[in-house]
Order: sequence, then C-alpha cells, then structure tokens
Amino acid sequence: MISRNFSAAISGGKREPISNTGLLLSITICTFIGMYVLAMLIWGGGFLNPQQFLDIFNNNAFLIVISCGLTVVMIAGGIDISVGGITALVTMACVVYLDDHGGSVIGSMGLALGIGAAFGLVQGILISYLDIQPFIVTLAGMFFAKGMTTIVSVAPRTAVHEAFVAFKQFRIVIPGIGSFGKSGNFIPAKIEIGVIAAIAVVLAVTAILKWTRFGRNLYAVGGNKQSALMLGINVKRTKFYSHLLSGFLAGIGGYVYLLHTGAGNASNATAAEMQAIASAIIGGTLLTGGVGNAIGTLFGVLSLKNINNIVIASGLREPYWQSITTGLILCFFILLQSVVLALRGKGSFNQQLPEWLKFRDKEDSKDLTS
Amino acid sequence: MDNGLKKFSRSQLVVPLFSLFLLIVFNLIRDVGFFSVIVTTNNEGNTVLSGNLISILNGASELAIIAIGMTLVTASSGGQDISVGAAAAIAGSVFVRVLRENQITMPIILAAFLAGCVVAIIFGSFNGTLVAAFKIQPMIATLILFTAGRPIAYWINGGATPTVSSSLLNYIGSFIPGIPIPTPIIIVIIFGVLVSLVLRFTNLRLYTQAVGINERSARLTGINAAGIKLLSFMILGVCVAISGSIGVSRIGLINHETLLLDIEMDAILAVAIGGNSLGGGKFSLTGSVIGAYIIQALTITLYAMKVSSTAVKAYKAIVIIAIVIISSPIVKEYALRLRGRLLGKPKEVTENQ
Repeated sequence: MISRNFSAAISGGKREPISNTGLLLSITICTFIGMYVLAMLIWGGGFLNPQQFLDIFNNNAFLIVISCGLTVVMIAGGIDISVGGITALVTMACVVYLDDHGGSVIGSMGLALGIGAAFGLVQGILISYLDIQPFIVTLAGMFFAKGMTTIVSVAPRTAVHEAFVAFKQFRIVIPGIGSFGKSGNFIPAKIEIGVIAAIAVVLAVTAILKWTRFGRNLYAVGGNKQSALMLGINVKRTKFYSHLLSGFLAGIGGYVYLLHTGAGNASNATAAEMQAIASAIIGGTLLTGGVGNAIGTLFGVLSLKNINNIVIASGLREPYWQSITTGLILCFFILLQSVVLALRGKGSFNQQLPEWLKFRDKEDSKDLTS
Repeated sequence: MDNGLKKFSRSQLVVPLFSLFLLIVFNLIRDVGFFSVIVTTNNEGNTVLSGNLISILNGASELAIIAIGMTLVTASSGGQDISVGAAAAIAGSVFVRVLRENQITMPIILAAFLAGCVVAIIFGSFNGTLVAAFKIQPMIATLILFTAGRPIAYWINGGATPTVSSSLLNYIGSFIPGIPIPTPIIIVIIFGVLVSLVLRFTNLRLYTQAVGINERSARLTGINAAGIKLLSFMILGVCVAISGSIGVSRIGLINHETLLLDIEMDAILAVAIGGNSLGGGKFSLTGSVIGAYIIQALTITLYAMKVSSTAVKAYKAIVIIAIVIISSPIVKEYALRLRGRLLGKPKEVTENQ
C-alpha cells in the first residue's frame, strides 16, 4: 500500500488509480458540500446567508492555520499537541507587549512569529536529533506554553493599543454578495484579515507539500521512514523542519486568534490541538503518516464547525450536543478511512464497484472497455 | 563492579528512581522537615497521618492506577488512550447516579462501583474494538471518546453536578476509622499487588509484550493479538472506574468538567517517565507507578515553593523535558562514550551497547 501510495504521489500519471490522499480529500469535500447543501435545503434561513458561511472562516481562521501545521507534522508521521498552548501564549504575550511595553503592530507580529518559531525550533531539535517521542516533547511544550501564559499575566487582558484595535477591526468587504437586513437594507458580506492569512497559509502549505523537495520528502518520511532513508532523504532534517513549520504556523495562528478576539487569556484556544487533529483527520490526513493534504484540512475545519451550526439549527441547543455530534462525525470519518484504506490495500474494493464508479481516469477505463 | 549493580544500572528504572531521588534530596535541602509525617486527629475524630509525604502518596492514587492500565495499553497497542479522563467522568457519573437513587449502604456502594466498572469496560471495549479490529491508531480512536466523553457524563446525571454525602463514602475517599493511612493509598497497594499477581501467574505479560513488539509474529505464533489489545483496553476501563470512583468519593460530588482533568496527559507522562517505550513492547509497571509519584511529588514540591497553581505546568514541563532528555537513548549513548573516553575503557562501552 505504501509503495503504491508513494508511486502514485510521485508520478501522478493518468494510468495510476487515484492516490489515497486524493481519495480521502474527495470524500471530505463531497461530505462538506453535501452537508451544507442539505442544511440549506432543510433549514434554509441562516444557511442561505453568505455571511454565516463566511463566519465559519471568521471564527475559525486560527484553527485553519494551526491545523495546517498539524497536517504537515502528521504527514511526516509525527504529532504536535503544543499548538493550542502556543496560541494562548502568543495572544497573551502580544497583548502585554502592545499595552504595557508600548509595542508596535509590526513588532507584535514579529513577537508572535518568534514565539512560534522558538517553540518549533526547540521541539524539532528534541524530537528529530535527540529522538524523543514527539507526543511527550510537544505535551511538555503545551504545559510550558500554558504555564508561561499565566506567568506573563494571570488575569485576562484585552488589547487597547489604538493602532492594533484599528487593525483588528478592519474588515474586507466582499463585493456583490451579502444579505438584506430586516429593514431591507443591503448588508455586504465581510471577512476579517485573519481569514486572508488563513487562506494564504493553506495555499502556501499546499504549494510546499506539492511542489517542493521538502514537501515530497515529508510524504516519503511519513510513508516509510526506512525506505526514505534508503532513498537518501535526510529523515532527521525533514522531521525537524516539519516541527519548525508547525511551531511557526502556531505563532501565526496565535496572532490570527488575537486579531479575532483582541484579548489575551490563558483559557484561549483550550483543546484547540484536539480540534486541529480532528480537522486534519476529517480532511484525510492519516496519523500513521504519508497521506494528507492542506486543502483537505481546510475542509476538515469547515465540516467540523458546520456540524455545530447544523446542531444548533436543528434545535439541540444544549452545549453538550455539539461535542457528542463532533465525536460521532469523527467516529464516522475514522471508520470510513479505515475501511476504505483496508479494502483498497487488499485490492478488492475496486473490483467490487460497478464499472462507472471505478477509481480510474476516463481514458483508462476506455482502454479497459475497448 | 557488583554484578547485580551492573544489571540494575542498565535497567529502565534507573532514570525514574534517580529523578525521584533528586526530587527528595532537593526537598530535604530546601526544607529538612518536608517529609516529616505528623499524627493528627481529623474532624471526625480519627487518628490519621498527615504531611507532605502522605499527600503525595494520597494525591497520586488515581494517577498511579490509571498509569498501570495505560502501561498495558501502551505495551500492547503501541499507542495511548487519551480518553481516560473522559471515561473516568462517565464512570464517576454512573457511580453517583446509582448512589443517589438508593439508600447508601456498603453493598450499594459496591454495586455502584461495579456499575461504573461495567460502563467503563464497555467504553474501553469501544476504544479497543476500534484499535484492534479496525486497526486505527489508538490516539485517534480514543479522540472520539475524548471529545464526546465528558458531555456524555453530563448527560448521565441530567445536566447537573449532584452531590452525594455519606460517611461510608468518606471511608473510600479519605479514611477508614481506626486505620491512619488514607484509603486511596491502600486501594493502590491492593490493586498494584493484584495486577502484579495476575502478570506473574498468567501469560498476560508475555503475550502483551509479544503483541507490542511484533504483532504479526505474535499472531503467527498463535497469540490472539486483537484479543490481547482489546483486553488491555478493558483492563484500562477497570482502572478508570476505580480512579473515577475514588475521585468522586474524595469530594462527594461529580463535576463532569473537572473530575480527573488532564489526567490522560499525566498518565502518558508517567508511562514515559517510567522508562517505557511509547511505541509498545516491553514494559515495567513499577516504572509507571514511580512515574506517577514523581509527577505528584513535583506538583506538591512546586506548591510548597509557593508557585501559583496555574504556573506549575511551566516548571513541570521543564523537569519533564530534562528527564526525557536524560533517558533518551542518544544522550545515554553519548554519556557512555564520554565515560569510556574519560576512564579509558572503550571495550566496556561496546559491551554496554
């Protein structure tokens, strides 16, 4: 399975069946679109409002960013659970820097990126060069970040720095779409700056994964470390860079979070690491490594958050329903992936399907029929 | 060098024991009376032991029990169960629910505990089935229950945080009259002895290690690999139910949000600090239990040093990183090579490796 996956990833040729990454990605995208269309048909109302769709982005831009970092690490076969902690630390450090130390907006951005990169650097060294289990290192990283957040300031802080507040409240109006308010006035749809950053991160990570040597190395290392080593790939350096990138993205994620809420709080982004892992899994990334995609992760976040909207729309307003349905959706995707990959691995899945559903390109099936 | 000592110096318990020793020495230097145990009388008129040592041993009870189960799961499946905190909240909720619907007597407490056990085993089997039959990574499989577990616990008691008060429950959570040692410590000892007896007189240890080291070859030699994995998750379920019941008995109420919060992280740490590989295979329960006490000792030490409870995590992280760096194979190898160079005995170094 690994070799097939790897060869499919390298060649991308037309005669190859769709790669595992592609298959899981298409399942995720189809599920999200299906879910959203269904919600629009059943509940209409809010789901037809473009602003509500964009609000999924507005509210979860930081989650998209940190999930992308996790995707990179998970493709290389690792795990990073420090991202939520780093997010909280970045928000708090930036607020304190802006308000108490007379910092500038640019400086706070630099601080956020610096904190993230520093965490990534240390964790990367410990994991790849000292060969310590990533779970333990990043768990300690999470503890450290959360502890440091309260050392920086125990009380929650809200940023009052003028330039920053102006920057935070800046909205980008999307021309042409919007909704009509109660008095019939047109309210254009708006997105926050963080969303632009999140989309940029998704595109950048996709490009890195697809077109750079580092990106291809990640899949090779995650697919089979031993063969990657035999191919002459520097496994340790690849793992190191994956954690560095994840830490860096967590820094960006923290700043995006701050742009959304404008407050530093030790309880910011609680359990975000688990949501990020869940999003990556729903997006088709395997924790075993070697399979995954940043676009999938984006749709993973959207699916995860859309569930919450649907649960609320269907009248289950108790907060615990959201967690239970999230668990169920996660269960569904995990089982689906497991079954699909197991059947594909045996090679029997493809044969059982009717001709028109086979995972082959059109030209390929023409060859078969002729 | 004595042969026994040499054997010990290669054992995986060296680093955890050494860390524990350092912690104790540090505390003794800081405050000579840190570990003094005082005999006092508590509110109910019992003669009880108190002091930092007792509070370390007492406070780590839940963690030690869960660490035992987590070690087995880690050894057999090569992954960790991150849903133990949530599962403990569920088991605790069931425990409280049964207690609240009946007059509290000793048999009812036992029945409530058994009910909690059964529910925890069912949830353990759910995780175990995902891992063993569907071949899903344990961390991912248990992420489901991690997300949904505490809300389920909330739901069991109808969305409230009910209290149960009974002197009988205090016997479990604090002291039995006439016995000066806190009951949770006694429960840990009984449970630990029980598990080690099971491991000694059955093939469980051998089979678990075989499955963890190489699942395929274990299966080919006739071991039911999936069954062993499932069994380890069910044992963890029992551990979780015991811990959940202790946790509830301590404070006499169930708060689904805070009961044994973050214990999954601490339990995994305990397993790692105990020198066990998180990738499965050979394991040492003693190591994990020592790991649990190290974590608790560290926490109590930091509290004694007037570190605020929220900032404790940062210091904990530094100590943990130090411990795992010392025990990482690469650093060990480097230290051995350094020692060989200093002592001029390169031959022994190759032997050690």
